[in-house]
Amino acid sequence: MLYALMIYERPSDFERRDPAAADSVIGAWRSYFRAVSDAGIYVGGNALDIPDNATTVRLRDDKRQIQDGPYANTKEQLGGVMVLELPSLDEALEWAAGCPAASYGAVEVRPVSTSTDERVTGERQQW
Amino acid sequence: MSASLVNVSNGEIHRAIEEVARESYGRLIAVLASRTRDVAGAEDALADALVAALVTWPRDGVPKSPQGWLLTAARNRLLDRIRHQQVHDLSAPTLAFMMRELEETPDPETLPDERLKLLFVCAHPAIDPDMHTPLMLQTVLGLDAVAIGRALLVPPKTIGQRLVRAKNKIRKARISFELPSAKQIPERLEAVLNAIYAAYGNSWEDATGADHRIAELGQEAIWLARVLRDQIPENAEVRGLLALMLHCEARRPARRSADGRYVPLSEQDPREWQISLIHEAERELAAAAQMRTLGRFQIEAAIQSVHAERAHGGSTNWLAIVAFYDQLLRVAPSIGAAVARAAAHAQLQGPRAGLMLLDEIAAETSSYQPYWAVRAHLMQQLGRVEDAAEAFDRAIELSGDVAVRNFLIGRRGRR
Repeated sequence: MLYALMIYERPSDFERRDPAAADSVIGAWRSYFRAVSDAGIYVGGNALDIPDNATTVRLRDDKRQIQDGPYANTKEQLGGVMVLELPSLDEALEWAAGCPAASYGAVEVRPVSTSTDERVTGERQQW
Repeated sequence: MSASLVNVSNGEIHRAIEEVARESYGRLIAVLASRTRDVAGAEDALADALVAALVTWPRDGVPKSPQGWLLTAARNRLLDRIRHQQVHDLSAPTLAFMMRELEETPDPETLPDERLKLLFVCAHPAIDPDMHTPLMLQTVLGLDAVAIGRALLVPPKTIGQRLVRAKNKIRKARISFELPSAKQIPERLEAVLNAIYAAYGNSWEDATGADHRIAELGQEAIWLARVLRDQIPENAEVRGLLALMLHCEARRPARRSADGRYVPLSEQDPREWQISLIHEAERELAAAAQMRTLGRFQIEAAIQSVHAERAHGGSTNWLAIVAFYDQLLRVAPSIGAAVARAAAHAQLQGPRAGLMLLDEIAAETSSYQPYWAVRAHLMQQLGRVEDAAEAFDRAIELSGDVAVRNFLIGRRGRR
């Protein structure tokens, strides 16, 4: 079973990614990532750049609507996604609670829809 | 499957089916759902099995193990559904997993009791807390949305939709049917106990007993607590909750006069209390005390236990009650406890002491009926007629129960 851990952060959290800023947070992320890899549950994922660099696209009446900025203008923004393979939601919640972002932002846990994936890609995923 | 081919009437068969359905419903759902995590699928399959029993048993006789028969029938039904891929929204590996798990379903003769796992799933933190109680009533007790809606005063359609959503989440997010780790048990258990108590509270509100389904909800809540007690006998709060509900249940017959008038606890005739329930409550509370881990439900049960002294001809020890309420407010602060504490202090030290405590919590209580009822009585005792009338009016306005409203109108005096 695949779970996406979506990491939500405040503007101040994004600022802390600056290499000049204290890297205790990066250190926490580094050890978290190592734990996830060592457990053999890491499937994929990435950190996302700051919301300022986002562009949102909609097609309405055949016209492109391009909007500067992220999809939703909320205080906390999606800062990254991690996909883990785990047997149950309970274990996914356990890993989410251990994620550094859980203590300063929020982590949304959502099952990956493998059946939709299959129908879209025509392939059975190998996880 | 062996059947006893004795000549029994259809009525007896129907009763046998009803009995096994009531006794085994939650057990069978727990066994099936813990293997597929598909609660709705397990419910459908068991419903089909019960229909099949209505057809088969009158013809072939009641099987030697009715529960085993139902399990086998329901499991085959589930396997059929999976084989024919009627479960469109699940991936092939998940379906294969469900098949494997179901095929390894234990011997019906030695069915494990997995209802505890089911209770923990129903009160899982990933499920909307408002749905904990309805889920338990449906999956463990087999109540339908109409009965649950009526008992919880929610439109059945709404509750039905929300139940479907909750069961979908259990299945699709794969909420685990394992028991929580020892570290998590106290926290997770609290949600289970709260949900059971909420079920009881809903039956308590409806003292008229006009709707037998609601009155039965109290029995069902007690039954759930007994299941929990049997499964984790070493937990003091489980026993505390059971004791609390048993004490309340014992007084049910005395809460209304023969002509349906509301009778407050202080005026109830202890001879109308059900003494066997009081004894059972006392045994549970004594067993809980041995474990030396105090908690909210034990304290509340202890308060009811002091009130129950009147059953043995004793008078009410308000000093003890006040001490318990003081403790309760430290362990588990709530508006209900704060108001009851003020009333207890008033009994011991007079209305002025009670009013002082009420004033401390006034800000949070504008729509809390007991606050205004207690306030009205204390004002009346102090001879503050105007203030009393105002508080009575608020209490009357906030009372949903006609008998309580009439009681308060009587106390206020007609105007």
